[in-house]
Amino acid sequence: MTTSTDETVALDVDGMSVDIRTPYGVVRAVDKVTFQARRGETLALLGESGCGKSMTATAVVGLLEPVADVTEGAVRITGESGTTDLRTASARRRRDIAGKELAIVFQDALTALNPVYTVGTQLAEPFRIHRGLSKKAARAEAIELMRRVGIPEPETRVDSYPHQFSGGMRQRLLIAIGVALSPAVLLADEPTTALDVTVQAQIMSLLKDLREERDMAVVLITHDLALVFEQADRVVVMYAGNVVEQGPVEDVFGAPKHPYTAGLLESVPVHAERGAELKSIGGSPPELAAIPAGCVYQDRCPIVRDRCREERPAAREVAPGHLSACHFPAEVNS
Amino acid sequence: MVTFLRRRALTSLLPLVVVLLGVFFLARLTGDPASLYLPENATEAQKETFREVNGLDLPVWRQLVDYLQGIVHLDFGTSLSTGESAAAMALRAFPATLQLAITTMVLAVLLAVVIGSWAAYRPNSLADRFASFLSMTAASVPDFWLAIMGVWVFAVMLGVLPTSGVDAGLLSWVLPIATLLLRPVGVLTQVVRGAMVAALSAPYVRLARSKGADSRRVVAHHALRNAAAPALTVAGDLAVGLVNGAVVVESIFGWPGIGKLMIDSITGRDFAILQAAVLLTAVTIFLLNIAIDICYALLDARVRDKAMV
Repeated sequence: MTTSTDETVALDVDGMSVDIRTPYGVVRAVDKVTFQARRGETLALLGESGCGKSMTATAVVGLLEPVADVTEGAVRITGESGTTDLRTASARRRRDIAGKELAIVFQDALTALNPVYTVGTQLAEPFRIHRGLSKKAARAEAIELMRRVGIPEPETRVDSYPHQFSGGMRQRLLIAIGVALSPAVLLADEPTTALDVTVQAQIMSLLKDLREERDMAVVLITHDLALVFEQADRVVVMYAGNVVEQGPVEDVFGAPKHPYTAGLLESVPVHAERGAELKSIGGSPPELAAIPAGCVYQDRCPIVRDRCREERPAAREVAPGHLSACHFPAEVNS
Repeated sequence: MVTFLRRRALTSLLPLVVVLLGVFFLARLTGDPASLYLPENATEAQKETFREVNGLDLPVWRQLVDYLQGIVHLDFGTSLSTGESAAAMALRAFPATLQLAITTMVLAVLLAVVIGSWAAYRPNSLADRFASFLSMTAASVPDFWLAIMGVWVFAVMLGVLPTSGVDAGLLSWVLPIATLLLRPVGVLTQVVRGAMVAALSAPYVRLARSKGADSRRVVAHHALRNAAAPALTVAGDLAVGLVNGAVVVESIFGWPGIGKLMIDSITGRDFAILQAAVLLTAVTIFLLNIAIDICYALLDARVRDKAMV
């Protein structure tokens, strides 16, 4: 895929690979992943556990564990201060971008908030670090932010500690920290997995409002098909560290052009009858250390051919903006 | 907080009483003071008079009741050898011990925080392994051996430091502090390192980094305060050890502290002094533990919230 020159592209992940050093050798967790997120849109990174979606997000924000490295490709952020390739940028420059142009909302809000500081201190931190605000001014910003994300009585709650909030409120606080400086890109790593369904809906609607209000690109990392369908404009489907399909949600979910996406959609029990067996994809994803040559999905694919075992399919455009990494996209039927 | 402190004080009362009784009986196992204080050729009658004067002829339970009654009236008895008030002697020796203990702890905490954090920042790096090796060695060296080696090398061979006493100003502090310091620094460095490794890989540190915080802020602001609680626990134990356990170091260096007073009172079968000295350190340790609990609460709101319940 060619790099888009679209002015609204805020995040451009271009052929990025992540390698992990293990006692048994180097394994590739993310393999030449390419996608873009534009301002004002929600892009979903969809895949099952271990597919590399979280690793991709972690690599983008530069928080990989020491044993993992981005070994090729580029991660470009375009914000108020122009475009920066995070892979080649200095540590100083990356710190300037972090929180200001690129922020992340983690999954588990209880452990992500520092237990020994008040939420006010933690919400004020982006303003202290990037705008050099005084404690008092940053505190006022923190209160305003708490009000914005719907925390009642922010003037008194600002001095409370994380454990004194409910799960939903903590997630709101995390989101508030993420959007504090209206970054160009906000990554949300399974932001609602730990919450119950009603709170989940509130959080997602808050994210959507903030995205529009602050013109951010939201990258939603999730395994939840329904969430993608409801929230995302475009979806990137990952499997075994590779992007297998991407495009507008209506296109990808309406007419999937990769057998993995098709299989995922078929396993959703929409019209399932009581007592009938639920559909699932046979087999399990390959071990990262033993990803086969050729297509990554070959062992589970219902339409696999000899060519799939020899040649790794490249992403090809099957419809405008809709890419599939399958040799035989026309034969996929949902 | 007040409720918490009251409860804490009450639960500490029992161990204090046990210490009180324990010392009382153990002291009397060291032997009969009469045979120590009177000349070898003293007659049985003379010994009897000595015991009567000092209340040692009474049955043990009477001595105990007298002792406990005295404590209630803040009367801790008098020294057999000097006739001075036991409380005054213990209180006079105590500042010397406290000076040693506080100086040692302050230095130990500072060194351990710096070395431990530095080692934890890059786990398993060369710097980390070096720091771990040094701290492990420091924690393992016996203090009596170190004290004697210190005296031998610096006082006897090189002649740059005094062998003992407190007359040489700051120079007399060097060997006692160095001897006392080594183990706490070694142990605390290990604890700080472990706690910092855990804190630095915690999700809240990832969040801090994602906000654009630099290493100094991540280490000093976000990680260190979380690592402080386990370090505080161990630092408290070590401080307790210094308050009552400087016995060996004080004896070797002739440091006029409470440890030396205890040893002297044991060899002198000076029961009142020993009891007063032990009681004083026991009360200090009791206060120290309360101070540590207050520190926990100051460090972490979760502890405060629990204590309120």
